[in-house]
Amino acid sequence: MSGHTGNTELLGQVLAKAKSEDRAALIAYLPAGFPTVDGAIAAVKSVIAGGADVVEVGLPHSDPVLDGPVIQTADDIALKGGVKIADVMRTVREAYEATGAPILVMTYWNPIDRYGIARFTAELAEAGGAGCILPDLPVQEAGMWREHAAKHGLATVFVVAPSSKDARLAEITAAGSGFVYAASLMGVTGTRVSVGAEAQELVRRTRATTELPVCVGLGVSNAVQAKEVAAFADGVIVGSAFVKRMLDAPDEAAGLEAVRELAGELAQGVRRV
Amino acid sequence: MSSSFFIPDPEGQVPNSAGYFGEFGGKFIPEALVAAVDEVAVEYDKAKVDPAFSAELNDLMVNYTGRPSALTEVPRFAEHAGGARVFLKREDLNHTGSHKINNVLGQALLTRRMGKTRVIAETGAGQHGVATATACALFGLECTIYMGEIDTERQALNVARMRMLGAEVVSVKSGSRTLKDAINEAFRDWVANVDRTHYLFGTVAGPHPFPAMVRDFHRVIGVEARRQILERAGRLPDAVAACVGGGSNAIGLFHAFIPDAGVRLVGFEPAGHGIETGEHAATLSAGEPGILHGSRSYVLQDEEGQITEPYSISAGLDYPGIGPEHAYLKDTGRGEYRAVTDDQAMQALRLLSRTEGIIPAIESAHALAGALDLGKELGKDGLLVINLSGRGDKDMDTAARYFGLYDGKAEGAK
Repeated sequence: MSGHTGNTELLGQVLAKAKSEDRAALIAYLPAGFPTVDGAIAAVKSVIAGGADVVEVGLPHSDPVLDGPVIQTADDIALKGGVKIADVMRTVREAYEATGAPILVMTYWNPIDRYGIARFTAELAEAGGAGCILPDLPVQEAGMWREHAAKHGLATVFVVAPSSKDARLAEITAAGSGFVYAASLMGVTGTRVSVGAEAQELVRRTRATTELPVCVGLGVSNAVQAKEVAAFADGVIVGSAFVKRMLDAPDEAAGLEAVRELAGELAQGVRRV
Repeated sequence: MSSSFFIPDPEGQVPNSAGYFGEFGGKFIPEALVAAVDEVAVEYDKAKVDPAFSAELNDLMVNYTGRPSALTEVPRFAEHAGGARVFLKREDLNHTGSHKINNVLGQALLTRRMGKTRVIAETGAGQHGVATATACALFGLECTIYMGEIDTERQALNVARMRMLGAEVVSVKSGSRTLKDAINEAFRDWVANVDRTHYLFGTVAGPHPFPAMVRDFHRVIGVEARRQILERAGRLPDAVAACVGGGSNAIGLFHAFIPDAGVRLVGFEPAGHGIETGEHAATLSAGEPGILHGSRSYVLQDEEGQITEPYSISAGLDYPGIGPEHAYLKDTGRGEYRAVTDDQAMQALRLLSRTEGIIPAIESAHALAGALDLGKELGKDGLLVINLSGRGDKDMDTAARYFGLYDGKAEGAK
């Protein structure tokens, strides 16, 4: 099969550019198919228009054990709407082609395992995707995935947690590419009142093992928190807060405006000024 | 005393060090749980060879659980099974009314060894929840049980039992509102509270080391049954049979018989309204390999890897996954797995009640229904051991509605 190459390099360039501007990158998460496939594509474009540098497109799963109620609700709506992996690929393609921004896919492992690693990586690269975040696929089980992802120019972003011991951090960051996703706290996705010192300590320990950018996610929902995290991380990842804006909006147009506005506020926050 | 009731697998060939039974098993978990799951593995490896751990667990199994459990011959029931000799392994007579206590006491001791003060667990029929709440009362541990909303309704008696024992019972309203969703919610709790909390997993699924560890705590079922049947019948059985949801009571019975090539290992899965209707939970009969709740095994899923909603009249079998060792036994041909419908199970429940004066759990009634056919296949010279994994008190409301016992039609004409 002819090799379309994924956009892992573009991801690296965008994160490097943010660093050169002495700011953190803003990374947004939105699930495909929520509220509809086209609505989600529009939402991705909106957050990029509002100031997000990178977007993670969620591939909804029936059993999202790492997600809190907000993303569970969005996944339910997307799955009831009949979202398919082909729709996720279309979301990646249209968002990338319209904006030129790096687009990753975030999902649980079973959908990819079932779909076929070779087929999934080939299609994601062809759609212009930059890589994947697979939070329930630990390094020890990721050999086959990494081989195919590397072949197709896709980044493999691994998650590290406050409970990760130093030796394990080194093992994880050595296997990863693109950036490292540092979970700010022990828990599932969702907004939190504060993002604690735990996150800063984890970023410090992670940096000691790798040159990769270290981006912090889980719990960040507003510009004040984004600014706090931007003071010590290379990127700030926001998911549930965007999804909540969409859920709370009276209609889709208002939802799109709300996420664009939130992206704008967060983009100010990550600029550390 | 000399005889031991905690008997970890002496062969130890599967799983391998990565937790694989052939191609099944492994450890598909988020990074936040890796340290905690590794701690369980390390602590269990130490406990397994610690005479003090074995001594304490043995003492509990004898003096608290009431082991060994009886092996009861059921000749009047066997008349309906082609005349084969049928024996029931009476796990229903254990304290709390099912096999679940075997695993729970082992993991509760492990929780204490790890210095954790809080236990969480999932439950379907409530048997694992009741056993866990019992052990937490016994050891003074804080206890939260997750149970699907549908199951809290159909197993209301067990909800009351858990609360009586001091546990918090959380009714889970997401997804299919059954066992799968209770496990999802328990994982979410564990990720957030892992420092002081042990997830006392109730079946032989989940990430390594749970499938092997939970199996080891239940091996006693088969070890006892093997010794008892040799004493009583003078030979090994032609087949041993059990119901299969996640697979803990079945692996507990099967495991000691695996080296006995002449003994068939037969698991009976819930076919619900019939596999052809799509409303079932017959994972090995109708599923495909995939990853659910931390390990690779067979799962009920669509072509894009979304887990499909299972159905069974039995809350304890209403699960779209199965322990990886059963997947391995199936694929190697050592185990046989068949499916039994709701109606077949309910008829067997009534049959055992009326021929032997033993009311089984609806879960166990699936094994009894399957054994009726198996006995006919074996004929008059056949010898069968069936695991009666739990008693049926908790199911009386379901059974009364099914057979019309509340409105005076006591014959249960259905």
